[in-house]
Amino acid sequence: MRIQSFRRLCRCLSALVMAMAVSTAGAQSGVQERKLANGLRVIVKEDHRAPTAVHMVWYVAGSMDEVSGTSGVAHVLEHMMFKGTKTVESGEFSRRIAAAGGRENAFTNRDYTAYFQQVPKSALAQMLQLEADRMSNLLVTESEFSREIKVVMEERRLRTDDQARALVYEALNAEAYVAHPYRRPVIGWMNDLTNMGYLDARNWYAHWYVPNNALVVVVGDAMAEEVFALAQRYYGRIKARALPVRKPQIEPEQRGVRRVVVKAPAELPYLLMGWKCPVLRDMDKDWQPQALEVLMWVLDGNESARLNQSLVRESRLAGEVGAGYDPIGRGAGLCLIEGTPSKGKSAAELEAGLRAELARLVQDGVTEDELARVKAQVVASQVFKRDSIFGQAMEIGQYETAGLSYRDIDRVLEGVKAVSAEQVRAVAKQYLVDDQLTVVVLDPQPLDNAAPRPAMPGARH
Amino acid sequence: MPVSLNRAKSNLLRLAAALALSITACAAQAALPIQHWTAASGARVFFVESRNIPMLDINVDFDAGGRRAASDKAGLGGLTHTLIKAGSAARSEEEISRRIADVGAQLGGSVDRDRAGLSLRTLSSERERVQAVATFAQMLQTPEFPQAAFAREKARLVDAVSEDETKPDSIASKAFYRLLYAAHPYALSPTPGTVAQIERADVVNFYRAHYVAGRAVVTIIGDADRALAERIADELTAGLPQATGAAVALAPVTQPAKQTQRIAHPASQSHILLGLPAIARNDPDYFPLLVGNYVLGGGGFVSRLYLEVREKHGFAYDVYSYFLPLAQEGPFQIGLQTKKEQAGEALTRVHAVLGEFLERGPTAAELKAAKQNLVGGFALRIDSNRKLLDQVAMIGFYRLPLDWLDAFAARVGNVSVAEVRAAFARRVRAEHLVTVVVGSGEK
Repeated sequence: MRIQSFRRLCRCLSALVMAMAVSTAGAQSGVQERKLANGLRVIVKEDHRAPTAVHMVWYVAGSMDEVSGTSGVAHVLEHMMFKGTKTVESGEFSRRIAAAGGRENAFTNRDYTAYFQQVPKSALAQMLQLEADRMSNLLVTESEFSREIKVVMEERRLRTDDQARALVYEALNAEAYVAHPYRRPVIGWMNDLTNMGYLDARNWYAHWYVPNNALVVVVGDAMAEEVFALAQRYYGRIKARALPVRKPQIEPEQRGVRRVVVKAPAELPYLLMGWKCPVLRDMDKDWQPQALEVLMWVLDGNESARLNQSLVRESRLAGEVGAGYDPIGRGAGLCLIEGTPSKGKSAAELEAGLRAELARLVQDGVTEDELARVKAQVVASQVFKRDSIFGQAMEIGQYETAGLSYRDIDRVLEGVKAVSAEQVRAVAKQYLVDDQLTVVVLDPQPLDNAAPRPAMPGARH
Repeated sequence: MPVSLNRAKSNLLRLAAALALSITACAAQAALPIQHWTAASGARVFFVESRNIPMLDINVDFDAGGRRAASDKAGLGGLTHTLIKAGSAARSEEEISRRIADVGAQLGGSVDRDRAGLSLRTLSSERERVQAVATFAQMLQTPEFPQAAFAREKARLVDAVSEDETKPDSIASKAFYRLLYAAHPYALSPTPGTVAQIERADVVNFYRAHYVAGRAVVTIIGDADRALAERIADELTAGLPQATGAAVALAPVTQPAKQTQRIAHPASQSHILLGLPAIARNDPDYFPLLVGNYVLGGGGFVSRLYLEVREKHGFAYDVYSYFLPLAQEGPFQIGLQTKKEQAGEALTRVHAVLGEFLERGPTAAELKAAKQNLVGGFALRIDSNRKLLDQVAMIGFYRLPLDWLDAFAARVGNVSVAEVRAAFARRVRAEHLVTVVVGSGEK
């Protein structure tokens, strides 16, 4: 889940991720959709293989909707959503789901915040009831906030501050984007977390958590008409409200390569390169995103794909390489290539090796064998993904919150299958260019030389 | 790359990792039709026919995990597992991955202290299946371990292990297992020094000694009938090395003395682990420990450790406990990470929660809630071919009864408060509790 916007970057995850990266032939035919009077959309995909279902609520409010000074508030509010409503006290939400045999969690991304429960089918109605309750009745108290913000700061320490590669990724976004809100980390800058108050979270909830900004997705052993009736009963009584104006915040044109060095405790250097690339906007016209998808598979779609074969196996410049690109999103797109130089090799040598591979691709194009292989993998992944109702619900939610439709899932697949070798070469030539590139290099620091960090000031009490 | 943040992602993941302890069954569910036979090669085969999706999942496990390596060559198990894919008599490693990808199939694998497993997911349509299975079969049974690939993968392993040795979570985990298991091979983790000792001949010999037909466990789930599953199992195992008898028995696990190890690290958080060797896979204390641990630190957002350490005090994003049953006594482990300045205080809270639980056990209400979740949520454990594959492979490898899943709900349901308390008293004894703190806040 964590890798949604970083698809396929880690090749070890590629099998799993690929299944979600493109989509399925005709698999969306069983999907049904209903829109309630308050603007809430409900999408149901019946899958009766097992007596379970997944229920998700997606809000089109992520870190890209934040403003400077309160970065991280979308994610903090996500935490606060478990802290009680007017009728369900703090912690009771999770107790009820557990007692129903369910599993639950939530995730915040740049584009959205989503909540889910995986439950035995008999508990589905209760999940709609509980989610509808916290869509409109959440209490955000100073007391609960003061404890939870400390948890979020621990989360930042764990997953960013003490992780060299996460710091590199954070630096890449902060450097690649000057104006676009993707420059801010989803978890927020530590200083913004330190200075956040419960009213920031409460305001966020008041602005964005409305039915006309939400999407309910149910996949599993449920009947669509019954889900629609339950949705009407529980969500239908929530009133629509006007949303804040969303400013476009278009990134100004980049005019040359940008380079950043990050120092952090580590053994080996690490290289992350990101190029500005388009994302899918107009299903009738866009073909470049599908061609970029194919390009990434050619580079990193299997263990004998170009990057691994050339740089890990043959030249042994790298211990690990990966490529990733997410064509689905509300904001801007990046094509990413990462690598770890082998011991004794530098990040600069690895970068030169990666550039040589890209130059070869632009010069000679891709082979028909490579193209056929990618398409075989895409076709198979459409079958494999049916094994996971959770994955199917994720895919629907990601398309819909990005402004596309679940119906486009199949169309994107057809687009990927139709990509030609010449189109792959053309997008490589057009987009993987220095003027659009940001490079971040990890400069590894020995553990005993790392300067002690100043203690962060504590959270509000 | 944390682009997307979860409220407690790692708890969920850990739930999956600790699934070893969380397999449940549902009383309402019809008996799970696991077919079982022994192939002519001697491999034990487990098969579940599932025709809903035109795909097939296959897993082959061997008793070839980390514990089978000599202590001065720790890493040999993992390295051998990696090199299985590096070229067979018929195909180079490049050809192997291409032939798999050409039919849209996916290779996977995992290796832990007990098991080394390789897996294949393929479409069930004939052309795709035949090519994928044949390539997988050649790979498994005729690996060549080419010298160049050996040198490369050895160097990559040294690099990866060296990198791990800079990370506080890896440092903590490795120290934890070393203290728990001392001279027992469960203590082993590769270091740059032990990997450097490994020669190509060691890999060849490890493969011949441990990737043997008579100790292979083949699990097949998906769109096939019995006859096809039998042919696949034969194709995958007929050419494996032969060995007579059972694997060499390893020394028994002994309990460590109570101790605390503090390791300096520049990270902003302390990584804290507590635990001891606790339970083997087929132990009757399994069910009381499963139910009890749900209350203590296993149950997502409702456990005592979660409520005390995270909800009440905001000390940690991630706090958990689990039992990991292995062939021999696997660990009981409590873990959390918290900023250094408050590590001592957080540890005090953990001790208080654990001490209280060991003394009194769960309340009747907690016991009921645990059973509701474990029994009620059973269907979620097996609602995909992938999940089912993991469960059935585990049953096969550890020789659990075939009705393990079917009997599970009843066995969970029968657990009493007194049994939980007694099982914890037997298995989690304070005089053996090991604590590791990496990035210690106290000088």
